This record gives sequence, structure tokens and C-alpha cells, in this order.
Amino acid sequence: MSALLKIDDLKVAVGEKPVLNGVTLEVGRGEVHAIMGPNGSGKSTLAHVLAGRPGYTITGGSVTFDGRDLLALAPEERAREGVFLGFQYPVEIPGVNNVYLLKAAYNAVRKHRGLPEVDAFEFLGLVREKMKFMRMDESFLGRAVNEGFSGGEKKRNEILQMLILEPQLAILDETDSGLDIDALKIVAQGVNSVRGSERSIVLVTHYQRMLDYIVPDFVHVLVNGRIAKSGDRTLALELERRGYEWVSEAAA
Amino acid sequence: MSETTSGLEALLERGYQHGFVTDIESDTVPPGLDEDVVRLISRKKGEPEFLTAWRLKALRHWLTMREPHWAHVNYAPINYQGISYYSAPKARKDGPKSLAEVDPKLLETYAKLGVPLHERARLAGVAVDAVFDSVSVATTFKERLAAAGVIFCPFSEAVRTHPQLIEQYLGTVVPYTDNFYAALNSAVFSDGSFVYVPKGVRSPMELSTYFRINALNTGQFERTLIIADEGSYVSYLEGCSAPMRDENQLHAAVVELITLDDAFIKYSTVQNWYPGDEHGVGGIYNFVTKRGECRGKNSHISWTQVETGSAITWKYPSCVLRGAGSIGEFYSVATVNHHQQADTGTKMIHIGANTRSTIVSKGISAGQGQNTYRGLVKILPSAHGARNFTQCDSLLMGPRCGAHTFPYIEAKNPTATVEHEASTSKISDDQLFYCQQRGIATEDAVNMIVSGFCKSVFKELPMEFAVEAQNLLAVSLEGAVG
Repeated sequence: MSALLKIDDLKVAVGEKPVLNGVTLEVGRGEVHAIMGPNGSGKSTLAHVLAGRPGYTITGGSVTFDGRDLLALAPEERAREGVFLGFQYPVEIPGVNNVYLLKAAYNAVRKHRGLPEVDAFEFLGLVREKMKFMRMDESFLGRAVNEGFSGGEKKRNEILQMLILEPQLAILDETDSGLDIDALKIVAQGVNSVRGSERSIVLVTHYQRMLDYIVPDFVHVLVNGRIAKSGDRTLALELERRGYEWVSEAAA
Repeated sequence: MSETTSGLEALLERGYQHGFVTDIESDTVPPGLDEDVVRLISRKKGEPEFLTAWRLKALRHWLTMREPHWAHVNYAPINYQGISYYSAPKARKDGPKSLAEVDPKLLETYAKLGVPLHERARLAGVAVDAVFDSVSVATTFKERLAAAGVIFCPFSEAVRTHPQLIEQYLGTVVPYTDNFYAALNSAVFSDGSFVYVPKGVRSPMELSTYFRINALNTGQFERTLIIADEGSYVSYLEGCSAPMRDENQLHAAVVELITLDDAFIKYSTVQNWYPGDEHGVGGIYNFVTKRGECRGKNSHISWTQVETGSAITWKYPSCVLRGAGSIGEFYSVATVNHHQQADTGTKMIHIGANTRSTIVSKGISAGQGQNTYRGLVKILPSAHGARNFTQCDSLLMGPRCGAHTFPYIEAKNPTATVEHEASTSKISDDQLFYCQQRGIATEDAVNMIVSGFCKSVFKELPMEFAVEAQNLLAVSLEGAVG
């Protein structure tokens, strides 16, 4: 079976400045990949480009998702096709209710899949169930999107959205940052609950810590906009012990 | 993914998609304004002597006045002698006979606005009673109001049936000397609404211009007078949710509200006059004077407006808080797109003790639109313990629009409390991208974010109107922002 996501020699610039210098990566169905690397190595850029965030220029290479040219799709089309980005800094949208946004998103995806849209009542049932799983407070239902949320609440909300939207590919951009250990466990539990043969996950992270809870199948180290080293989970442990420098040196 | 411009900018480049014109044959007097024209208008309407005399006094006063230019708007000089001041629609025998004959695009727009079907037919100029049974609808509702003692009729009808109320209250809140446009309106007003709610009566229904069979084509100098007697309550909805068909550019209405002891008037407007095209050509000059007076103690006037139309809006729904303990409120959403200009806000004049006022203004600017909030909170020496809270927020969409805020505060009583909060923000690309990444189309995302911004005003609107206002906002920002 062909890979769900195929990144081939992807080159990306922000303005004149090259950020990704030829990334090649295949993510198979049901696999969990961790992308690690020092600050400024291009990890978040890769996550954003896959999701279609404006402001980046593709200077070379290609990305196929489920056999389609991912880069040719608008961000909302990618989302409906099943690409989910868990944001590192989820934005606040004042006055827009959490559940309202989530229901609009859910129905947009359903519509795309040729399924009937659900009404508010039915949707609320689904949200309640998933909220319980993510140990989120009922008061969440009445609040505006990310407004006044703590860092941990924002991240939990991202995972909640992922649980509801059931993407084929979830890219989680530093979902572990700013989480205390209890919140990290809850987030990991959420991510692990969607692992399966149909769902692929790309974890972008600085630290090995999260990988104790979400055990990846593959670990890649991004240095200077290139994948400098790939391995299994023992690579993450080695990085934890030795830092990133030895990889950078080996790659240079 | 090679594009670097944001979705927002791309949307801003699009054109207005819902402008249309409907030709109506009408019975119009030649352009120009003098005492003969005023007498002619008064005679055509069969008005009593006192009203003709009042109109003439207004005209004479108007002739001594100059057009005001303090507002933050720009437009070419208006030739007041080039306007026709009386225009009645002719019998519409040549109009469409059924909805099937109406341009489907027109119906599509109404459907999008959520205008009820029979209303769409009326707006499209169909002979409604031949197709729908709206006559009986109107009758039922008139009977219910009459049973409660509520008078709700066209202004010109009230002049004939209740001249004493007109004489007692007309011009007592907005005198004909008040301002240039109010004076002009007083001289030539065509028609409008009249409401009287008797003592202790709660109007059994929301009064709406939509469901008034006689509200057709009242012209551009409307005069509305609403009186809520002691302990009464009425909610009045003024809907202009269809693009205007009138050829004329100037719209100068006057609305007067009066509440006696413990009475409450809730006045809601959704204004969508033709805004002009994307180059700023055409459109309505909406120069309107709206003012309410809380004459009695513990009375309450609440204005809610959603302004999306007009080329230029000059409008300050205000409250004179005379009665002790009275309450004035102003909730406003004003949207400008393309070359639209809005200078709108409110005046809260605190005269009575322990009077309270709340102002919530949300300005949305897109395209090259210029949006100005202008507000006055005036606390007179007699207003012990008066309180005001003002919140003014501006939302900018795109790099070429403008938002301006001119809050004036005059407090002459040391026991008064006046609070003012203001903010200016942009729809960020981050917010848009967040929604898109969840599968929501750009236009829907913009609408969602804008609605969120306006939420605290929309929640003041009656339920059905709130839905309509959201749809309207979407339509008006469509072709420009989303």
C-alpha cells in the first residue's frame, strides 16, 4: 500500500529566506512519526506548509496526500480531505462560540464526505462525550473559541477538535509545549485513542518527554531545513541524552 | 501554495453582487421647494390647518439654515432645488403579476436575507393580494392591536384619525429648528409610522414595518412618532432589508420617541439602503435624526441599529433622559465597504437624577470604507448620580479602510460616573487560517468572526431580526469581504 503522505524534496522560503531545503519523508497509514530538531530548524514551517498556511513560497519539490497533489488544494479543502493541524498557539476568536465553530467544522467535513449534516442537539451529544474523555469542564461549551483559555486548555481543545473531526492525518505542532504532566497525560491519552490503521500522526516536538506517552514508530531529526537523521524511538532517547549538536555535525 | 497573498485580501478584491434597480412609475411633482410645494403636499394629504402651518414654519426656518459639514464624510454638494419633494407610486398595473415574473436573482437575494415569501413578493412589486392572502393577515393583526388599544398606522392616517395626539407630540423631541435635515423633513415629510401605546398596555406583538400593508413606498422623508404612555411597552422594528428602489439620493427621516412614567420603547433598525457601487457611484445619503425622550420617571428607551447600507450615513439615535431613574441604551453595528462612509453614534443627555445610559458601538470597515463613531455623553448639573458606560470597538478588514472615534463627554455633576472603553482590531490572517484549517470556507469564516465581533449588539435584537441581521451582514460584506 502506498504511503498516505509523501513529501519529496520539499523546498520552502519565507520571503527570500530558504527555510526548508529539500525535505523527503513518507508517512504510511497508521504510522506515528515524530519530527524533532533544534529551534529554527523548520519543524513548524513544515507543519504549516502541509496545512496550507499563507505566507510561504514553495520553491521546489512536491507533496502528495492520499495520491493527490496536496499543495494544489486550498487550506479548507485539505482540512476536509482529512489533514488536521493541532496548532502550537491556537488563536482566540472573540464572540464565536467553541461549539458553534466546531459544529461548522464538523458539518463541513461531513458534507465533503457526502454525509448528512448533524443538528445542534446531536452534535452536542458527541461533544459532551469527547469532552468527558478529555476531562474538560462543561463551562467550555459556553465560551468563545480559545478566549481566556489557559495554555493547557487550548491544547486540550485542539485534541478535542481532532477527536471530533477524525482526520486521516493529524499534524500536532508542539502540542506538548506549556503542558504540565497531568495535562500532557490527558493529551497523550487523547492522541493514543485515535491511533489505528487508518490514522497517521505527525508529532512535531522539541522534547522526548511526550514520546514517553505517545510512542512513535519513527523519529526524524530536522536540522537546517533537512531531515538529518531518522530512526526509531531509541533515537529520541539518544537525542535526550546527547542533544542535537552531534546530529548537526554529522549532517554537515 | 505559491500564492503569498492572504485569503482576506483576495476577497476584498471582489465586486458587489447584490445591487439591482426596479423601475416604478410614479406621480411626481416637478423638482424644487417653496411654500407652494409644501402647501401642495399638505393638501394632497388632506392635513388640518395646524400641520400645514407647522410645515410652513419649518420651511421658512430651513431656508435660513446651512447644510452642516462637521461630520467626517465627503460628498458633492446637494442641489436641494433639484429634488422632487413629492412622489407617489402610480397604480402598478404594469408590474409583475406573480412571483414567476420576477427576476429570479432578486428572489434569490431576498431568500438569502431571510425575507418572508409574501414580503419578497411585496418588495418585488407583485400585486400581493392577488397572490397571497396578506390582506387578511394584516387585518387579523390590526384587530389584535385595536383590542389592546394600540394605535399603529401610517403617519398620514394618524393625522386624520388622531390629530390631537399629533398636535400634542409632533416636534416635541425633534423640533423643526433642530438641524438642517430635521427642518427639511418637517417641511416636506411624506409619510411614516405612528404608534401610541396606552397606559399600562404591553403591545401584544412586535410592531414591524414588514407587516404593515400600508408601508409601501413611503418615500424618503419619513416621519415616525411613537408614544408609550405610562407603564406601557412596545418593541418596534424598522426594517429596510431590501435594496432601495427609489431614484432619489437623499433620505432624511425623523424619528421621535416619547416614554412617559415607567414606559419602555425598544426600537430596532436594520438598514440596508443601496450603498452605491464599488467605485462609490450612486447610493443613498442617509441623513436621519432619531431621538427619544424619556419624559417620565423610570422610563426606558433602547435603540439597536444594524447599519449596512447607504453611501453616507449621518445618524445619531439619541436619548434625552429627563425623567428621574430613566434609562437610555444604544447598541450599534455599522458596516462600511467599498467607498461607503458612516458617521454615526449617539447622544445621551442626562437631565434627571440617577439616570443611566449604555452605549455599545461596533464599527466594521472594509474596502475603502470610512467608519466614524461620534458620541456625546452630557451630564447636566441636575443629573445627580447619573451613570454612563460606553464601549466602542472597531474592526478593520484590509489595509485601505478607516475607523475613527470621536467621543465627547461633558459632565457637569460631580456625582456622575462616566466610563469609556475603546478598541480597534483587525480580522487576523491567523483567525482566518484557524477556521480554514478546520474545513470552514473563507467566506463563512469571515462571517463567523464578524458575527462574533457584533455579538453583544445582535443579542439586543429581537430573535427573528437577529438572524436577519446576521444574514444581511453576510450579504453586505459579500463581494467585498465575505
